[in-house]
Amino acid sequence: MTAAAEVKSRFVGRRRARRRSARSLRAWYRNPSLMAGIVVVGALVLVAVLAPVLAPYDPIKQNLPDALQDPSSAHWLGTDRYGRDVLSRLIWGARVDLRIGFLAVLIPFVIGSVIGALAGYFGGWFDAVVMRVVDVFFAFPFLVMVITLVFVLGAGETSIYLAIAIVSWVAYAKIVRGEVLVVKEHDYVTGARLGGLSDRRILFRHITPNVLSQAVIYAMSDIVMDILAIVTLGYLGIGVTPPTAEWGSMILDGQEFLTTHWLQATIPGLVVVVTSLGVSWLGDGLADLMSPEQRR
Amino acid sequence: MIMTETDLHVLEPDPSDRTLLLEINDLRVGLRRGRTETTIVDGVSFDVDPRTRFGIVGESGSGKSMTLRAIAGLLPGGTEVLSGSIRYRGTDLVTAKPSVRRGLMGPEIAMIFQEPMTALNPVRPVGDQIAEGPRRHLGLSKKEGRALALEMMGHTGIPDPVRRVRAYPHELSGGLRQRVMIAMALACRPKLLLCDEPTTALDVTVQHQVLDMLESLCAEVGAALVFVTHDLAVVNKTCSDLAVMYAGRIVESGRTSEVLANPRHPYTRGLLDSAPDFDQPGRALVPIPGLPPSIANRPPGCAFAPRCSRAVAECDSAAPILTTSTDHRTVACFRAEASGSEISA
Amino acid sequence: MTDAPVLEVDDVAKTYDVSAPLLQRLFRQQQRTLLTALDGVDLELRRGEILALVGESGSGKSTLANILVGSLPATRGQVVQDGSAIPARRDKELSRRIQMVFQDPYSSLNPRLTVRAMLSELLRVHDIVPRSEVRKECLRLVSLVGLDEDALDAYPGQFSGGQRQRIAIARALAVRPDVLIADEPVSALDVSVQATILELFASLRDELGLTILFIAHNLAVVQHLCQRVAVMYLGRIVEVAGTDEIFANPRHPYTRALIASIPRMGDTSGAADLVPEGEPPSPYDLPTGCRYHPRCPFAEAQCRELDPSLRPLSESAGRVHLSACLRASDLPESP
Repeated sequence: MTAAAEVKSRFVGRRRARRRSARSLRAWYRNPSLMAGIVVVGALVLVAVLAPVLAPYDPIKQNLPDALQDPSSAHWLGTDRYGRDVLSRLIWGARVDLRIGFLAVLIPFVIGSVIGALAGYFGGWFDAVVMRVVDVFFAFPFLVMVITLVFVLGAGETSIYLAIAIVSWVAYAKIVRGEVLVVKEHDYVTGARLGGLSDRRILFRHITPNVLSQAVIYAMSDIVMDILAIVTLGYLGIGVTPPTAEWGSMILDGQEFLTTHWLQATIPGLVVVVTSLGVSWLGDGLADLMSPEQRR
Repeated sequence: MIMTETDLHVLEPDPSDRTLLLEINDLRVGLRRGRTETTIVDGVSFDVDPRTRFGIVGESGSGKSMTLRAIAGLLPGGTEVLSGSIRYRGTDLVTAKPSVRRGLMGPEIAMIFQEPMTALNPVRPVGDQIAEGPRRHLGLSKKEGRALALEMMGHTGIPDPVRRVRAYPHELSGGLRQRVMIAMALACRPKLLLCDEPTTALDVTVQHQVLDMLESLCAEVGAALVFVTHDLAVVNKTCSDLAVMYAGRIVESGRTSEVLANPRHPYTRGLLDSAPDFDQPGRALVPIPGLPPSIANRPPGCAFAPRCSRAVAECDSAAPILTTSTDHRTVACFRAEASGSEISA
Repeated sequence: MTDAPVLEVDDVAKTYDVSAPLLQRLFRQQQRTLLTALDGVDLELRRGEILALVGESGSGKSTLANILVGSLPATRGQVVQDGSAIPARRDKELSRRIQMVFQDPYSSLNPRLTVRAMLSELLRVHDIVPRSEVRKECLRLVSLVGLDEDALDAYPGQFSGGQRQRIAIARALAVRPDVLIADEPVSALDVSVQATILELFASLRDELGLTILFIAHNLAVVQHLCQRVAVMYLGRIVEVAGTDEIFANPRHPYTRALIASIPRMGDTSGAADLVPEGEPPSPYDLPTGCRYHPRCPFAEAQCRELDPSLRPLSESAGRVHLSACLRASDLPESP
């Protein structure tokens, strides 16, 4: 026994030392989508933060004589119909779109996860009611619901947060509930229960950390959805109030001149695509990083 | 029962070596990523004669199932045969065209698995599944197929086959499902039956019945058995010859009775000493210290050396090759010859 | 070792209602379907012993284990610990007393907690040791199960199956239980690792005086480790006796069948005629009379009529040998 334990411990010790250093580094650089996601999203966040420094012009100030210019050394991406610098508007727009995108995900993420975890863990009538509500929400397309709600609540950032929260918590509830149903059957949860731990402790310390990765991965794709929703709202003219620079309204403004100045609508469109790509890469990468297998 | 000689023409009979059914030579199986190869099965060679029962024993990760899957051509995604040959009646299955291989699987080579539930189609009656192979390979009519299915179910000891022939897999118990699998595998009267832990999921009484049935049915059909398991006692009951695998290599092989009665490799001895034996209740268990090496980190010398109480410096530097001694015992251990009698003492 | 039972199972039964929903039953005029998992089980666990519970799948071993630890309510009967019945809803203190080690060491440990976090949580919740001594106690626990200190800061994913099982045992022992239920704790492990875990159980019994209910299907393991054996068949206990006694002189045909079915390392020609034909009947539709009679080579007319209960054998004075066979005393001598 002692000899066995000795050999064993030597094994473990050596392996762990190697693994620990490996985990922090290799897990990161061996994960190309995480790296790509960090680069793209990081760059966008940096641009948004440094907007006052980076933007060459005021994004709101109109300069009608210079309207609808093609790209030049003074205006790298040209100017829009009010003579505002497109590049500056893009840079300031990153602030608005990224802020709303990330913040709008946070609220439903928290609410939905908590409701889903409670429903999955306790089951019973609460679960039944929650799941019926979820089914009702799922019956309507996401964008239609958000647009309708924003219409009812009135344009503006607060309405957008509220509308998205009301609509998208259901997805988190459904995901987390399903995961909780699986995890709560694991022996380690039974073990925790036999250990006399309270339901709250079991749910939040033992179950939730093991189910959140799915919700986080979904949140990343949800950010993309939300940015697209904001852009769509902007495009429909019920999004962020003009003249605030925002990518959706830029596409809306630009599409009138699609035949003559196609860059006006295309460039913000491309930025939206790149952002979505970056965020979904980040989601994929996080998914890999968060799976417990990575912790070996 | 119906026998045809279909598909035999695809084989090239080797007149010099008529007796060997299966001849595996220096088989290496693993992952190939660019230029780096990770070896799971590392140079395995053994022969199986017709109508014999050959057991492969090892712990998880020893490569025993991979060897079996390589023979069946069922290697999991990513893994492949890196080198070596698997000759079935003279045809190298590694280089054979897929169509030739497909022609062999079923009428010549069949396989049964540990968990029959996942190997049976859940939405088809078991009778149809048993009859499918014979109908395709032997050209039986629907009626003949049904008759053969009933016959095979009777042979495998399934009670009330007339009723059960229409049953779906989920309506049967684990033991009955495994019998259905065996009926399916033997319906075409193959020459070689590959078994991957077929009784591990079964209860002891059912295991006993299934092993007995498998043995007598294979004798009747004339099939040789390659039987992979982790349980030495099951091999002792079932197989005439065995190979013990450790870390991808065969460390010892020979007649089952001789190897188990008088093991020459320290690992075989370790396996025997660490498992409780029902017939020796008082014996103290001697665990093997340490853990098997991981696939990516096998030691350069003998893979068992780090856990071996008899290891000497030589064992860490060079890997011993499997050699047959004058008394027809095959062992891969530098110290086997010198210490053969000591180890068994 | 005293003979006072630390845990008594008193006529415990468990039935599951597996009927179709009410509406369907009304339409198709179906009866209610009941599945009998346990049907009046009596068993006592003595202090400081390892009692084996053997039987085939579906015999109710795991159901009984779940009732003992309180994760399943019994339909009838009660579990008595140290003379007082354990209520259906257990509080922290009551659940502490009976702990469990599970079969699959890969699903029984939380992958996101280090060993230290897992152990110290239990120690704190139950106030096993003063806060200041939690670190020391964690260290004591891992060394008790044969692991060293740096195991404490590792995650379960970093360990092999055998090491995980050691950690699972440390977790169960952390709250200082009176009884440990081990549900097939070595059957998922490789042979060479099994031995070390069996030794660990033996040393826990010998050094800590722990009482263990060891659920297993491998009779060689049971023979090696346990003092007494209880054999289950279809929700009933059919035979209980000391290990040496039950293997030398089995007094129930099913026990004989189990013994005859063991794959042996020695001569393989055993008493093959004792191996039962067929498989256990469905628990939905239990046979009348003795539930083993359809497979029993010794069955007589009375076995089809009378349902035998577990009774002490007359000739086993001194040592208790219980059997639920009507012909227990006139079975032929076992080979």
